[in-house]
Amino acid sequence: MGGKYGVEWWILCAGAALVGAIVLMAVFSGYIAPFDPYDQAAGPQLSPPGPTHLMGTDNLQRDVFSRIVFGSQTILKVSVMAAIISSLVGITMGLVSGYAGGIPDKILSLIMDAVYVFPGLILAIALAAMFGPGVINITFSVAIIYIPTYFRLVRGQTLAVKQELYVEAARAIGAGHLTILAKYIFPNVIATTVVVFTLNVADAIMIEAALTYLGLGLPPTVVDWGMDLAMGKKFLPSGMWWLVTFPGVMISLLALGFTMLGEGLAEILNPRLLER
Amino acid sequence: MGHLIRYIVARTLMTVPMVLILLTIIFAVLRLMPGDPVSAMLGGHAPEHVIELKREQLGLNRPLHVQYVDYLWSVCRFDLGDSMVLQQKVTDIIAEKLGATIELTVFGMLVTVVVGVFLGAYAADRRRTLGDSAIRLYGIVVYCIPVYWLGLMLQLVFGVWLDWLPIAGRTGPRVFPSDFERTGFYLVDTLLAGDTESFFDVLVHLVLPAFTLGLTLSGIFVRLTRANMLDVLKSDYILAAESRGIPRRRVVYRHALKNALIPILTMMGLQVALLMAGAVLTETTFSWPGMGRLLLERIYLRDYPTIQGVIIVFALMVAFISLVVDIVYAVVDPRIRY
Repeated sequence: MGGKYGVEWWILCAGAALVGAIVLMAVFSGYIAPFDPYDQAAGPQLSPPGPTHLMGTDNLQRDVFSRIVFGSQTILKVSVMAAIISSLVGITMGLVSGYAGGIPDKILSLIMDAVYVFPGLILAIALAAMFGPGVINITFSVAIIYIPTYFRLVRGQTLAVKQELYVEAARAIGAGHLTILAKYIFPNVIATTVVVFTLNVADAIMIEAALTYLGLGLPPTVVDWGMDLAMGKKFLPSGMWWLVTFPGVMISLLALGFTMLGEGLAEILNPRLLER
Repeated sequence: MGHLIRYIVARTLMTVPMVLILLTIIFAVLRLMPGDPVSAMLGGHAPEHVIELKREQLGLNRPLHVQYVDYLWSVCRFDLGDSMVLQQKVTDIIAEKLGATIELTVFGMLVTVVVGVFLGAYAADRRRTLGDSAIRLYGIVVYCIPVYWLGLMLQLVFGVWLDWLPIAGRTGPRVFPSDFERTGFYLVDTLLAGDTESFFDVLVHLVLPAFTLGLTLSGIFVRLTRANMLDVLKSDYILAAESRGIPRRRVVYRHALKNALIPILTMMGLQVALLMAGAVLTETTFSWPGMGRLLLERIYLRDYPTIQGVIIVFALMVAFISLVVDIVYAVVDPRIRY
């Protein structure tokens, strides 16, 4: 597989560049956006893209480009935070459950497996409807559906690693459970979760945008790509292409960036993970 | 044969705890939903005693564990209660919408498999050529395109700009489903009724939603088929077949593809969740009168029993399809046994 390394680096770099560009856009939104995203007098109503309004204007006379720029903040915040929450919870539960074993581990695995096979989006819809609109609420709705992914991965590896001789040796010299978990098992389990985390963010991006597209999860006062897409849908039959095109392109590019980052990392860290 | 039956029984029994857990999760999630369904239903200005009476009628004032047992028992009897919005049984409402969702997912899956398997096999055959790279790129990119956005773009191009295909609903304004509706699968119903005009109308309405759903999922199938085909093409019997002088095309698309398809079958089971989620989004985008659209409509109306019923049916469908896929897999591949 000699020459393959080059391609994977290219994918990794392209992914990093995409993600980096959108992160920069989110951080420097105030400097990049020519208009206030809420400004309802930024230009004429529903005008197509042009020199003053790069991506046109919407039905409330707002500048679409400025809304795209500011919208990156919402989706990045929600999807990255959701992935962090679900990884922290899932990894901890997987480690403890796999290490402890026994009946509680069996029951927990069964529950996690059931959630894992259930369509994540439908669970997220139910959760988002239950929590009501809000940035923190939607973050938790998205986070909960990914906990089983980390749990299953980490538990499986913990089961394998705890049989290793060096864990046995640590126990023989009197190391406590916490020490064994933290010093001997955790470092050996964490490597693969990096890849899963990146791919998880990509998926969370699409779920976040799906929820807000469906009108769930966020109050109308937040600038968000999914909500703009839902609004643009109303004007699609009259051919107002810019309202649906740009938010969708951005969602896809952001998801693509994280996916490429994950795929590149996977090949470089562990060439056997994806190549079957 | 005895082993196979034992496997099927064991696998079916394993479905029971899974369904039970899913039902419990659904119950837990929906009972925690804020906003009292009764006052939402009565309009918020109802006097306290009316609300209390309604709560009693719906059994919402009983202790949670009683409600839980009652809930499980009703699901076992396929009784999902009455809608809070319309005086209709939830099972009747769902039965009305289920056909639309199944028709959409079946045709979506068809598009996925045909596109995914063909492109994947082609890419493996022409490994490391331009075509292979293009197909691999397609596999990654299409996976990252949200299904609802793909739907909107297809609507824009084929519905609005080219004006070739309709962008909403299952039938046009001049076709009345009540004329032919029997099974809920309109393609079947129109054929049974011998109504070719309506059949083509239904078919035309199905094209964009089915392609939207199918193309988004095809990325995964491209990658899987390609990876499996590469493994199979390396094996000895392929070399043997080629050295016997069987044409390459026949070796690749007959001998190799057949064997590469077995692992793909199991993946189909895992894709069911994605298929359902995709269907919910596609239905919303195309105003497709199925279960997904029903779910969202009822969430806005806070129609608890219907929301609960729809999610339960989705859960049962997932459990059932993964059971069927596993059994088919065991029949096809005799090595799969407990």
